[in-house]
Amino acid sequence: MSAILNIEGLRICYEGRDVLKDLSLEVSGGEIVALMGPSGVGKSTALRAVAALQAFDEGRIVVDGFTLLPGPVQPESRLVPLRRSVGFVFQAHALFEHLTARENVTLALRHVWKKNPVEADQTATRLLEALDVAPRAAAWPRQLSGGEAQRVAIARALAPDPRLLLMDEPTAALDPARRSALSATLRNLAAQGRALLVATHDADFARAADRVVTLPSGR
Amino acid sequence: MIAASFLLIALAQGAGADSTVLVWGGDAEGGAPFVEADPANPSRVRGFDVEIAERIARGLGRRSARFIQVQWSSIDQSVERGDFDIGMSGVEDTPARRAQHAVTLPYFEFREVLAVRPQDQGRIQGLADLRGHRVATLGATIAYDILLAARDSTGLIPVSYDDDVHPYTDLLSGRVDAVLLDHIIAQRALRRLGGAAFVILPREAATGHYVGVLARTNPALRDSVDAALREAMGDGSLEQILRRWDVWDASQGALFERVLRGAAMTQAARAPATAIAAYLPSLARAAAVTLAVSFLSMALAVLVGLGLASARVYGAAWLRAAATIYVEVVRGTPLLLQLFVIYYGLAAVVRLPAFLAAVLALGLNYAAYEAEIYRGALQAVSKAQLEAARTLGFSEMQILRLIRGPQALRFALAPMTNDFVALLKDSALVSVITVVELTKQTSIFATNVGSWVIPGVLCAVVYLAMSLPLARLARRLERRWGGNAA
Repeated sequence: MSAILNIEGLRICYEGRDVLKDLSLEVSGGEIVALMGPSGVGKSTALRAVAALQAFDEGRIVVDGFTLLPGPVQPESRLVPLRRSVGFVFQAHALFEHLTARENVTLALRHVWKKNPVEADQTATRLLEALDVAPRAAAWPRQLSGGEAQRVAIARALAPDPRLLLMDEPTAALDPARRSALSATLRNLAAQGRALLVATHDADFARAADRVVTLPSGR
Repeated sequence: MIAASFLLIALAQGAGADSTVLVWGGDAEGGAPFVEADPANPSRVRGFDVEIAERIARGLGRRSARFIQVQWSSIDQSVERGDFDIGMSGVEDTPARRAQHAVTLPYFEFREVLAVRPQDQGRIQGLADLRGHRVATLGATIAYDILLAARDSTGLIPVSYDDDVHPYTDLLSGRVDAVLLDHIIAQRALRRLGGAAFVILPREAATGHYVGVLARTNPALRDSVDAALREAMGDGSLEQILRRWDVWDASQGALFERVLRGAAMTQAARAPATAIAAYLPSLARAAAVTLAVSFLSMALAVLVGLGLASARVYGAAWLRAAATIYVEVVRGTPLLLQLFVIYYGLAAVVRLPAFLAAVLALGLNYAAYEAEIYRGALQAVSKAQLEAARTLGFSEMQILRLIRGPQALRFALAPMTNDFVALLKDSALVSVITVVELTKQTSIFATNVGSWVIPGVLCAVVYLAMSLPLARLARRLERRWGGNAA
């Protein structure tokens, strides 16, 4: 299967110091790749560069045919194809606090991807049900538990049906039972043909991945 | 502790303690020929009221007279408080004042005269010709009462000022079409602005008298002052003083004669009703002005504040710097100064109507505070949410409209409401540029009835009636939105 994400020779400097150097990896559809390493080795930075939230200094990132090159982050208007291809689940979930769980999922569908309200609602219901969080659809973010908030955040990221899903430390706020449930969920998503790149320092969780790429520490 | 108490008591008694000095109060801001700072020695005052006070002190057997500065509209309240023995600097003889305080014999007769621009001289001969025109005067005076009465009978528009200089400069600039004030004030303004700047109409609208005012509880001193005044009228010393200040004319001689004969005084024509009921309509009108000024200013403040906050959060470096300078300059200078600059300072460039100037000054001032609230509120929305929105494909505009703005509004709501209540009260300041709003109307009311008790309570009730519902509304909105924004 051809790679959905291709990173070649990625180097990111911050204040004259290398945060990340010479990272190359590929993730294909149906594959889960874990990006491992202790805190501070640049796992999150790599994910942010793939999502064009962060500039990089050397190398090349190709996502589903869309190429990112070194230099400042491009304006959003030029990133539309990338936005359609990449979903991002943040470590702190970053749900929109003034919207209910359901509205968090439908907002981009309606205003970015111009779906009509009924269609957007159906998609939200399907995703929330698949992630086992449908009963909490009307709740505000602050009323959700860590696990529920994470599943809503996954539903929100999946709503535009991206081919690549990036997840930053997904097990940070989960108890062991939830961790294995999450592994099953991710396996399902991969089975639908998606590529998953998961930054984690949790070795147990990483075992669920198809491949592990370890970033060396002590740079 | 005990020593401090004695010091406080001694200070409190300061004004009346030394019986060899006559302490008198007046307003040196009123200027010559009444009372003004002596150009040769600004720590001293001079003027005919100063010399009359000194003459009275001599007549009472006091060693000297000591001047205390007091705002003209507060002379009555101040003398009742015991700040000084007698108040006199163009204090008018009115029935209300006689009913509330101990008032001396009249010592000067003035005529209320109309001043108009030279080109209007043929067209305007009296108040009856001023229908629909703006006529300026000093607030809380007989002249103001005459204008209020004329508003109802002839349809002119009274404009009240806090000082007697700006009515005449505004006459020349066209902001008002006539000024009604005491003839010596008009003559002084004419000298200052050049003899042909405006024309004083020969026919007087009314006559009135200047008196000294003492505390109601002090009729004995008043009687002694009256005796001293009679003596000064009899021996020619009062005439000499008035001649020295170039305000003597035949009517003063006639007044002295009537006083010495013990004849009753004619009183200036004035609006008869000082009852509370008669004041309620003007109080309601003034409350409406306060509300209008406040709502319009707040609307302007919100719009400009949003612009400034956006510039500070999203703008390029030069725009951020410009917005920051605006905010710091406006917050760092007094609102009163900004009012004066916009109304009088800009008059050479653009002559803004008073109401518009008031709304602009208040609105632009509060915009600086609103901008800081909005900036803080925008920055309070977590960066992670903004990044999440970017990864979902929202444009910057959509992020502001759909995610950042709605949350920021909820953060900003409570401080905004507090600001609006503060603005409602700060709107009282606009009376310095002739807008008669609630506080100014109350002060006029209080001067006319000679007491702050009832007018003060009424005014407070009206302000509370306006601000309490706002505070309630803010609490309700906060309860409704606070739950999912914080």
